[in-house]
Amino acid sequence: MKRAGILMILGSMLLAGLFVFPMWNIRLGAPQYPEPLGIDIHVNGLRGESEFDIQNIDGLNHYIGMKTLPKPEDMWEFSVFPRIVGSMVFLGVMIGTLGFLQKISPIWFLIWFVVMSILGALGVYDFNLWLIDYGSDLDPDAILKLVNPDGTPMQYNPPLIGHKKLLNFDAYSYPRIGGILMGIGMLFTLMAYYMGRKFQLSTK
Amino acid sequence: MKNNNLHANALIIGMLALIMSCGQAGKNGSNGALSGSIAEKVYIAPGERDEQYAFLSGGYSGNLTVYGLPSGRLFKEIPVFSQFPTSGYGYSEETKPMLNTSFGFIPWDDLHHPDISQTNGELDGRWIFANGNNTPRIARVSLSTFETEEIIEVPNSAGNHSSSFITENTEYVVAGTRFSVPVPQKDIPIKEYKSNFKGALTFISVEPEHGHMDIKFQLLMPGFNYDLSHPGRGKSHGWFFFSTYNTEEANTLLEVNASQNDKDFIAAVNWKKIEEFVNNGGGTKMASNYAHNVYNESTHTATSTIKKEVLTVNPADVPGAIYFLPTPKSPHGCDVDPSGQYIVGAGKLSANITVHSFDKMLAAIEAKKFDGDAYGIPILNYDDVLAGSVQSGGLGPLHTEFDGRGNAYTTFFISSEVVKWKLETWEVIDRKPTYYSVGHLMIPGGNSRNPHGKYLVAMNKITKDRYLPTGPEMEHSAQIYDISGEKMELLYDFPTHGEPHYAAGCNADLLVNNSKKIYRLDENNHPYGIKSPAEARVERDGKEVHIYMSTIRSHFTPDNIEGVKVGDKVYFHITNHEQDFDVPHGFSMIGQGTSEILIMPGQTKTSLWEPKKVGVWPFYCTDFCSALHQEMQGYIRVSPAQSDIQLSWSLDE
Repeated sequence: MKRAGILMILGSMLLAGLFVFPMWNIRLGAPQYPEPLGIDIHVNGLRGESEFDIQNIDGLNHYIGMKTLPKPEDMWEFSVFPRIVGSMVFLGVMIGTLGFLQKISPIWFLIWFVVMSILGALGVYDFNLWLIDYGSDLDPDAILKLVNPDGTPMQYNPPLIGHKKLLNFDAYSYPRIGGILMGIGMLFTLMAYYMGRKFQLSTK
Repeated sequence: MKNNNLHANALIIGMLALIMSCGQAGKNGSNGALSGSIAEKVYIAPGERDEQYAFLSGGYSGNLTVYGLPSGRLFKEIPVFSQFPTSGYGYSEETKPMLNTSFGFIPWDDLHHPDISQTNGELDGRWIFANGNNTPRIARVSLSTFETEEIIEVPNSAGNHSSSFITENTEYVVAGTRFSVPVPQKDIPIKEYKSNFKGALTFISVEPEHGHMDIKFQLLMPGFNYDLSHPGRGKSHGWFFFSTYNTEEANTLLEVNASQNDKDFIAAVNWKKIEEFVNNGGGTKMASNYAHNVYNESTHTATSTIKKEVLTVNPADVPGAIYFLPTPKSPHGCDVDPSGQYIVGAGKLSANITVHSFDKMLAAIEAKKFDGDAYGIPILNYDDVLAGSVQSGGLGPLHTEFDGRGNAYTTFFISSEVVKWKLETWEVIDRKPTYYSVGHLMIPGGNSRNPHGKYLVAMNKITKDRYLPTGPEMEHSAQIYDISGEKMELLYDFPTHGEPHYAAGCNADLLVNNSKKIYRLDENNHPYGIKSPAEARVERDGKEVHIYMSTIRSHFTPDNIEGVKVGDKVYFHITNHEQDFDVPHGFSMIGQGTSEILIMPGQTKTSLWEPKKVGVWPFYCTDFCSALHQEMQGYIRVSPAQSDIQLSWSLDE
């Protein structure tokens, strides 16, 4: 149970990596952009992968009538998400410590994992809604008004994950180190649950 | 009979062995007709980049050109001494002061000898210096922006030719005069040349952090012609060597009258000794008049200051600092090998190359073995200082560079060839023709302790039939040779711009990572720059109208302006708000008596327009900046001089 507690503490602490490293990244490469433009999505806001990437993406997007990329104060997510992540780290470390001291059952590890998974899923759902809105809520006076072969307006939302062709750009969307650490951390908490459960069964 | 057969067999086997060994040598990449594809050696596949930079002087274009080696591709023309409509250099209000001199605004010069800055005798890639030969000037070009940052005029000089070579820690950039003149200038008969004319050798200190130049002292030498020069390095650091011709001091028909002496001199100058003399209060301050022009990257603006005084040094006041080394036949090139031991004088009317020994020179000075003096400057004995003479077999040696493997390469103008020879044995190893009449050559790093002896570029004076004909005037031709093997191999032939008199080169990795991509808008301190389109405005100050304008793809802010009148002086101060690599915007106005300007991201430039006609006149972006470049335009309404229409400006109203 001690090892399970340590793993639970470690796993939830890996979440704190989100305060340092970007969670997700969207990269836009094109023939005239041999060094792709990139957006690093942090838990508290968007940052350019290179210093002026956000400004340059906004500059390009104005041709197709997309809104400028949101500043931290433009989206409630960027103030709420850090608090949620902070709380989950705190709770995870608490639960892990109590588990380490054998004060609580490992079922709490699982509860933490399930709550975190639900929050994560909601986060991804919310992120996808924003991507769709960002790519489809276009200025009616846009310089370039492009339509799909079926006549519907073209949408420019980057993929949730993976690759998508957007006009001359190749958009790539993948987790970055903060997001990867979060995934590993969650895996650790799940392992902590199984270890704790095994320990519990063996001591019965 | 049997014997004969044996002999024949042996001969055949011998020949086979020879052929096979040749074939193998080819496979190993060494030289010769059977070597692998020459095309592969210069072919840089699309998207690949060259190994080395080459900076070729543009001669009478006044500019410096940047090429890649081994491809010979032209990357950029850097305006230095000439107005350049492509960027607006010398036309924009910010850069006009760069071409100011004591003679006023001089829009042109003859750029000769670029030299890259050094630290400890090796290229450091901070700056490249170049000389203006006609109205004597030295320029410093930044190798992070590839723009001219500073120009200093050289007073008391005329035909600034034995320039702009630097000492091995860039302590000084040195400028010697080709034509001697009265110092200070005065109204005297030309026939009074002898002993009245002086040759100024100018040592310009280079401030290590920003590279700012300042004349430390001018050595007023006898009235010879000072042709080329090079710094000592390694053991000879602290000395500078100048070739001279016209030691006859002729003032007319020099082609005959300056070719009479069997030997002219290489002047050896112990600048450390003179520096010490000057630092201890030596020298004479002379009233003078020369311009010092500095471009400030933060304000994107140049300022010109006229300086009023120069410190001169009479050689007689610093005994033991200067010696003459007799050198045959009007030497041109004066080149120092990577070790600093050998000083190579190329007598341009000679068949042979004279090499002096630095050690022997010091020994002769120590022993006071002099063969008279010239104007009080001791002349050493030719035989006492001679290290060796290369019996070249060619005619008209001009310039020597080194490969760092103990070999030297000399151009021969008259016999039109490059000759490879060995230091210390003085034997000729190889010779290759050039096309035609080569002047100078360049091995990247060749003027340093550590040459990169892979490629050699020969710069020719005559082109004739090398390329498709383009009428009577043609660009000069250059050839690239592979010098990595024992024998030189001609790889490629390419046209150059203007007249390259000289060149400097370095490995690409010395510069690529320092090359700037944009100017930061938040570091733009131009007094008329604006940080946001919200600051865009038009202000009137009497007859002057100042337009604070911004550009971003694909519009000007403002783009409709009214209230300008005939007779106004309209200044367009344009700030490019892009912060993306390689997205300049241009600007030009109909009927403007100046060139367009090209404004790089984050930069502010100013273009002057003096409207002469009433009407509504358009302006537009001259650089194809985006898909909507054609839409990047605006209008200015020009009213009669007495009109009372107030200034107004707008965008999208």
